[in-house]
Formats: sequence, C-alpha cells, structure tokens
Amino acid sequence: MSRDEQLNEGRRHFLGVAAGGIAGSAGGVGVVVALSALTGADDADAAPRAEPVDDRHRWGLFIDTSKCAEGCSACVDACAEENGLDLQVRPHGQAAAKWQNQRSVWVRKVKLEDKVSGHVTNLPLMCQHCEHPPCVNVCPTGASFKRADGIVMVDRHTCIGCRYCMMACPYKARSFIHEQVEEKFSRAPRGKGCVESCNLCAHRRDDGQDSTACADACAALGHNAIVFGDIKDPTSPLRKALRGQPSRQIREDLGLNTGVRYAGL
Amino acid sequence: MAKRIVYREWLIQPERYWGLLAALAAVIAIGGAAALYMEHEGHWVTGMTNSVVWGLPHVFAVFLILAASGALNVASIGTVFDKPVYKPLARLSGLMAAGLLVGGLLVLVLDLGRPDRLVVAMTTYNFTSIFAWNIFLYTGFLAITIGYLWTMAERKGNQFQRPVGIFAFLWRLALTTGTGSIFGFLVGRTAYDTAVLAPMFVVMSFAYGLAAYMLVLMSSFAWDGRPIGPKLLKRLKDLLGLFIGAVLYFTLIYHLTNLYGAKDADFEHFILLSGGIYTLLFWGGWVLIGGLLPLGIVYHPRLGKEPNWIAGACALVIAGGLAALYVVIIGSQAYPLEMFPGKTVLAFGEPGDIGGTVAPYVPSLPELLLGIGGVAVAMLIVSVGIRVLQFLPESLSDKEMDGLTASAA
Repeated sequence: MSRDEQLNEGRRHFLGVAAGGIAGSAGGVGVVVALSALTGADDADAAPRAEPVDDRHRWGLFIDTSKCAEGCSACVDACAEENGLDLQVRPHGQAAAKWQNQRSVWVRKVKLEDKVSGHVTNLPLMCQHCEHPPCVNVCPTGASFKRADGIVMVDRHTCIGCRYCMMACPYKARSFIHEQVEEKFSRAPRGKGCVESCNLCAHRRDDGQDSTACADACAALGHNAIVFGDIKDPTSPLRKALRGQPSRQIREDLGLNTGVRYAGL
Repeated sequence: MAKRIVYREWLIQPERYWGLLAALAAVIAIGGAAALYMEHEGHWVTGMTNSVVWGLPHVFAVFLILAASGALNVASIGTVFDKPVYKPLARLSGLMAAGLLVGGLLVLVLDLGRPDRLVVAMTTYNFTSIFAWNIFLYTGFLAITIGYLWTMAERKGNQFQRPVGIFAFLWRLALTTGTGSIFGFLVGRTAYDTAVLAPMFVVMSFAYGLAAYMLVLMSSFAWDGRPIGPKLLKRLKDLLGLFIGAVLYFTLIYHLTNLYGAKDADFEHFILLSGGIYTLLFWGGWVLIGGLLPLGIVYHPRLGKEPNWIAGACALVIAGGLAALYVVIIGSQAYPLEMFPGKTVLAFGEPGDIGGTVAPYVPSLPELLLGIGGVAVAMLIVSVGIRVLQFLPESLSDKEMDGLTASAA
C-alpha cells in the first residue's frame, strides 16, 4: 500500500466514522456556531452519505477559458456564499487593502494577457486538487490530506497553523484564517489560526449532489465555463468536455496531475 | 598526564549578574506579551498575509536554530577533529547550542496559528514532511547536546565523549540540512526549488554559530576579567573568516545557478536589482555587512588582532545573517508565484489581491518583539548556565593553551 493510499485509508476510516464527513465536524477550539437560518441550504434532497469515501471516483473540474466572461464573478460569489466566506468580517482597524490579502479566498478570478499577442484570458483559479499535492507532502501533522475521491482538503482538528502548505502550494490556493471568526457554517467550519482552501464543495459530495457552487453559478448565467465531474468516469460530463478540446494543467511542469484542467490557456 | 583545564562558575558581581538577568527577563516578558497579543487577536495584527505567510518571527527562529547547530561546532572541532585547544571551549559551545535552539523553537512555536495544538504536532506525524522530521531532529539535538555536556563534565562520562561528540556532529549536520530542506524542496517557488539551499544553510550555520559563540565567549570573559590569548583569538577569527568566505561562495553558486536558467532570470533581477528592500538587504546586509566587511576586519593586518574589532566583525556577521535570512525567507515569498509563463497577470481576484505583483510585507512590532524575546531566552539560558555550573575555563591565555597542546603531543 503506497503512502498516499495509507493516508487515504486512515482518512476513509475517519470520514466513515464521521458519517457526515468533514463538513459536519467542528473546527477551532471545538465550538462551532451553526447558523441555522443560514444553513437551510445544507438540507439537500439526496440522502447523506452513509459509506466511507472511496476511490471509484476522482472529482475534478474542467474550465473552458473561452467561455469565462470578463467582469463576471458569479463563481467567486457563489463560492463565498456556499462556504461562508462572505461572513468574514474585516477586523476593526485593519486597512482594506491589507485585509484583501488576509481574508480567506477559495476561488479567484484571474485575468491574463499574452505578452506577445496581447490576447486576454479570464479564468477562475482555485485549489487544483493535485494527485500528488505538495501541500499534503509537507504538512507535518497530516492535517492537509487527499481524500480517496481526489479532493484535497484540511482536517481542521489537526491543523496547527504552521502555513507550510501555503509555502508549498504552487497555486496560491490556500488561505490562513488571520482573524477571530464569529459566524460560520457547520458545512464549512472555520477557525482562527487554521488553513483552508477549496474542497470542491465536499459537503455536496457527502449529500450526493453532483455539482459545485461555482459550476452551478456559471451554468445559471449560461456561461458553462466550469464543468464538474468524475475524472474516472468515461461517461461523465467532465470527461466528455475534456475529450472535446485540448486542455492543460497550470504548472504542468511540476507533474502534479491536477484535478482541474483548463482549455484555451 | 594531560594538563587539566580548570573550569569556574561565572564570577561577575551579583549586581551586574542580577541586573543582566532582570534585563533579559524583561525582554522575554515583552516578547511573551507580544506572542500572547498575536495569538489572542490572530495574525491579522502582524504584517503577514496569505502571500507572505512566514514573517519576521521565522527569520529569528531560523537564525537561532542555525546558530545553535553552528555553536556546537566549536565542541566538535575539539572532540571529533581532536584539536586540543578547542577542548576548553567545548562546554560553553554545548550550552549555547542548547540555549539558542530553545530560543529558536519557542519563537517558531509561538508563531503557529494554533500554538495550543503543540501536542498534536508532537503526537501526529506525516513523515513525508521535512517539518515532521525536524521535530525529531530538534528535540533529539537537545537531548544529545545535554548528553554531550554530561560526557564533558562528568569524569565517568569522559570515555563516551568522542563517540557522543561524533554522533552530535553528524546530528547537527542532519539538523541544518533539514532546516535548509524546509525551503529547498518547495518546487512551486522559484527561489526555493534548489537543493543547494541545504548545504548553504549548513555553511551559514557554521558562520552564524561561531560568530554568536565568539561574542558570548569574549564578553563573558571580559566581564569576569578572564584572559583570552591572542593565539586562540587568531585561530577563532581565522576560522570565522573561512566560514564567511564559504557563505559568500555558496551565495554566488546559488545565484549563478538561478541566472543560468532563463526561467529564473526575473527572480534574479528582483533580488539583485529591482527588489527594493530585498535588493538592499541582499547587497547591503547579506553581502556587505555580513560578508565583505567582517572579512576585511578579520584579515586586516592590524584590526584583525584587536579583540574589539573582532567582536565587531562577529556582530556584523550576525546582522548580515539576519538580513540574509530575511531575503531568503521573506523576499522569496514576496516575489510572485510564476503560474502563467508568457502571460502578464492583469488581475488576480478582487483589487488588492496579490497575484502577478510583489507582495507587500512590513513587519509589525509584536513580530519583532517575539523574535528578540527568543534571542533573550537563549541569552538567559547561557547566563544562568555559566553562573551556576562550571562551563567557562578559568583562563584561555596563550600560556594555558600552549600547555594543552604540549601535553596532547
């Protein structure tokens, strides 16, 4: 059994016992303020997962940059709403510009210009859910881990806030919680002094839903730039999209085999 | 029979001793309060952000850890390489190694997001992480150093001194390699993706550790009116010169390696030419203050013989070392991650989110106070140690040293 598989085995057990997965577990000092009024969206139609996560699936995203609209931030906003990122409050006395770089962000809207042709590309950038994630390798306690289904996330019970994963991540995908957190969702617990990043809406996986907040928001506007799906399932929309046109990984040279692929980049 | 070295407790006047202790305790208390403040409020009160995630406390912590393993070198030269004149210096070397390490680790731990979860770090390990290994390397180093000190001080333990000394020497090499590897294996970052960082950190530890050792040795001897002979001082300062030269050599190799690859040219331009504070600290701090100036002093025909100038050179090496680590640790984070070669990053999230531009970082006062507090912890341990136990030889005069060499021959 490889090191990754051993890790995943442990995680599977952990998640199996937790039944609701990480989404239901408490972070911080063990106190979670579940906002019942706001968590209404938690109650999905599908039944919650009863089985441990396994490796029959590998979840990922396909992003068609040609469909990603300039000035649109629907995916960013939807992610913020889904994961309680918009509940963060700028600490009293903190400068707005600095806070911008201290608050937690899971998806960024990036705009690029080709240095030769001047061609402009827009794309959402989030955790790339690598098959060989550097953040998992460097985490001293194993808090940064990869689930059997490919989702890379942080176990907030064992994160000591050393930020080594943030040093290691080539995508600047991770955020450190710099401030005291008053309000948060039970599906996305958040506590001062821990690290977090996009988890492909792991709570939705556990509820049996088949999309992410960002992909839904993009589709709702008719852009369809983000396709969520199972990389292992040849019939999944993700695989169909990947077959349809050439795509690449960001920092492909690192050989991390990311779960997020980009077309038109 | 070999000449015996007489060790004596530090015998400075009680007022001076207690005054020093009180001053150090005050600095430590302020550092502790700063840590408590950052811990209570969260890291938003520091200069750190999601772009520069390791700030000034890491500069101090890494410096102290490097200096700790470097300080032990003096003992290793005596035991492992069998140089009799270094043997009287060994006990202080061991004590300083332990003190500096404790100071450095305290800073490191108190800068964690969740220092209260230290027990998690001590019980839950991921062995693909060099950090996890370092937890063993650091605590092991402390235990070995204490054992090493025992073999020096206890007659029954004398017979184990050489094997323990050799083990300690190998362990400290592993420790500094491990510290350098924290940075050396970060493949995603332009500045860090090179194995040369590990040996460079080893050489840096030689220089910083010896400089700190010489400063403590010279000042503790001066305060207590104990003599250090010019011959011994010459040996030590020549060795320091060699180590400073080696640091400069590795610095050159590190940058030449980066310059050779076209992909790293932008980063090199940043550090060497256009990086503002980082360029200034590189040339002014790392190269000039920490390298060329002390080299000039150490090998100057007249100044190189003056104890005060030699002490000054040691202080410059330490200041330059802090500057070097500031460039290595913070400069490399401030430089943007290169994710999109051939593209200009026009926007990276909300306005203010740092993507394609250099991330701002201004260290906050609490960070500085925490770092200085760590230095004070190291100094307190050494001060109390030499006062209550027999760490310092009574004399390091040339006559005494000549006697040692003669009896060893």
